[in-house]
Amino acid sequence: MRPKIDPLDLAGKILQGDRLALARACTEVENDTPAGEAVISSLFRHSGQAHIVGITGSPGTGKSSLVNRLAKEYRSRHANHQVAVIAVDPTSPFSGGAVLGDRVRMRDLFGDERVFIRSMATRGALGGLARQTNALTQLFDCAGYQLILVETVGAGQSEVDIVRLAHTTLVVEAPGLGDDIQAIKAGILEIADILVINKADHPGADATERSLRMMLELSHQRPKSMVYHHHNTGEDSRAAKDEEPEGWLPPVLRTVAIENRGVSELLDEVAAHRTWLEANDLWQSRERQRVRADLQSLLQERLFSAWRTAQPVDLLEVMIERVMSREVSPFEAIEQVLSGRG
Amino acid sequence: MSEGKIRVLVAKPGLDGHDRGAKVIARALRDAGMEVIYTGLRQTPEMIAEAALQEDVDAVGLSILSGAHMALVPRVLDLLKKQGQGKVSLFVGGIIPEEDVSALKEMGVAAVYGPGTSTQVVAEAIRAAVEKQTA
Ligand SMILES: Nc1nc2c(ncn2[C@@H]2O[C@H](COP(=O)(O)OP(=O)(O)O)[C@@H](O)[C@H]2O)c(=O)[nH]1
Ligand SMILES: [Mg+2]
Repeated sequence: MRPKIDPLDLAGKILQGDRLALARACTEVENDTPAGEAVISSLFRHSGQAHIVGITGSPGTGKSSLVNRLAKEYRSRHANHQVAVIAVDPTSPFSGGAVLGDRVRMRDLFGDERVFIRSMATRGALGGLARQTNALTQLFDCAGYQLILVETVGAGQSEVDIVRLAHTTLVVEAPGLGDDIQAIKAGILEIADILVINKADHPGADATERSLRMMLELSHQRPKSMVYHHHNTGEDSRAAKDEEPEGWLPPVLRTVAIENRGVSELLDEVAAHRTWLEANDLWQSRERQRVRADLQSLLQERLFSAWRTAQPVDLLEVMIERVMSREVSPFEAIEQVLSGRG
Repeated sequence: MSEGKIRVLVAKPGLDGHDRGAKVIARALRDAGMEVIYTGLRQTPEMIAEAALQEDVDAVGLSILSGAHMALVPRVLDLLKKQGQGKVSLFVGGIIPEEDVSALKEMGVAAVYGPGTSTQVVAEAIRAAVEKQTA
């Protein structure tokens, strides 16, 4: 179906700025193929430069419209920089297909060869991103993109993956959607480095801002680093060393994406957050947290599959039956498997 | 490793105003298990080709009601070929006169569908065309 991929050839072309090669590499990375891994591996030494900015918030708040404006504004400030946009939309659990419609709001970026937009389906992942979004971000970083904007699904309740991926997380709200209470419940304010009230042309922006500021004051007692440990069940407890000092109060900004209002100020804040991260050594520590989480999940995955293929019989299936028939508990099952008494 | 999905760009070139048909086909292809990149109204051939490149799609579906198909389609085909995507299958939907249908197919369009075609037929044709593509 697809032509055979030569990863080294692709990697070389990507370094020369070949956009079709980059697009093909995106597909390999998205499909989690060995070729995709090889492309990233061969370019990895070039990475580590990109500012990864997450944009989350409920559907319809204007995330795609803001991404459109932010990318455009950034490009007008940095003539030689490249911007990647990764826009994630949900996969239908019924068919496995998806409609990825974020490009509709990003028309203004057409014609700029230094902007690359890639739509991505969640393919069953639940945290607001796809499983391979992290790897795709790495690919763009390897390819020399200085700014990577990642738009999440925006389902509200479970948008936690983005905090681990992004250096800077924008939470977008809009007046009148009645979701500020929702957002607060979901703890979404706690993940925000910058809060955006988009659609500030709509009535109710004052009320939305008031309630956001109030909630922000309440939630600001809690340092952001707790969010990581909270949701990272598998995370090494040594990550707790990477505590973040106080000192960044999430600003609240109003924008009107369709009229390009407030966008320049928003980009200023994004840049200021980066400066703050670097000044406090947090750029490195966030990177370290991400690498740690990354390695840990890869290790889990690979160890599990190595273990599984090394078994003469499918022990997992055997154990499932024993647990189903209440012969053993799940704990006993694993105990027996690991001590070789399965 | 997860298997690759068929990726299809659905676009509505031309200046006429509604995209109901394009949205219906986008949803039908999603329901057939494909990943559909939907780009909306008033797309120029250049915009369509650029989106097809960035998204590395397997197929492109154009919904054309304006009557401008004989101008738009060759341009899209040409751009795809120039950028190294000559293998991408192009499908056209809309009200296309019989004589134009054969002309379009000669240019390299995989299939042309009139209004009322079952979306299942379209999905099957796209799947078959993509499976036939080789290196
Ligand atoms: N009035 C108004 N509408 C906006 C604004 N920003 C976006 N929209 C509209 O809101 C709708 C949803 O925007 P979109 O960017 O797709 O939101 P997303 O689902 O969060 O990505 C679209 O119809 C936009 O045109 C804004 O600042 N003011
Ligand atoms: Mg969107």
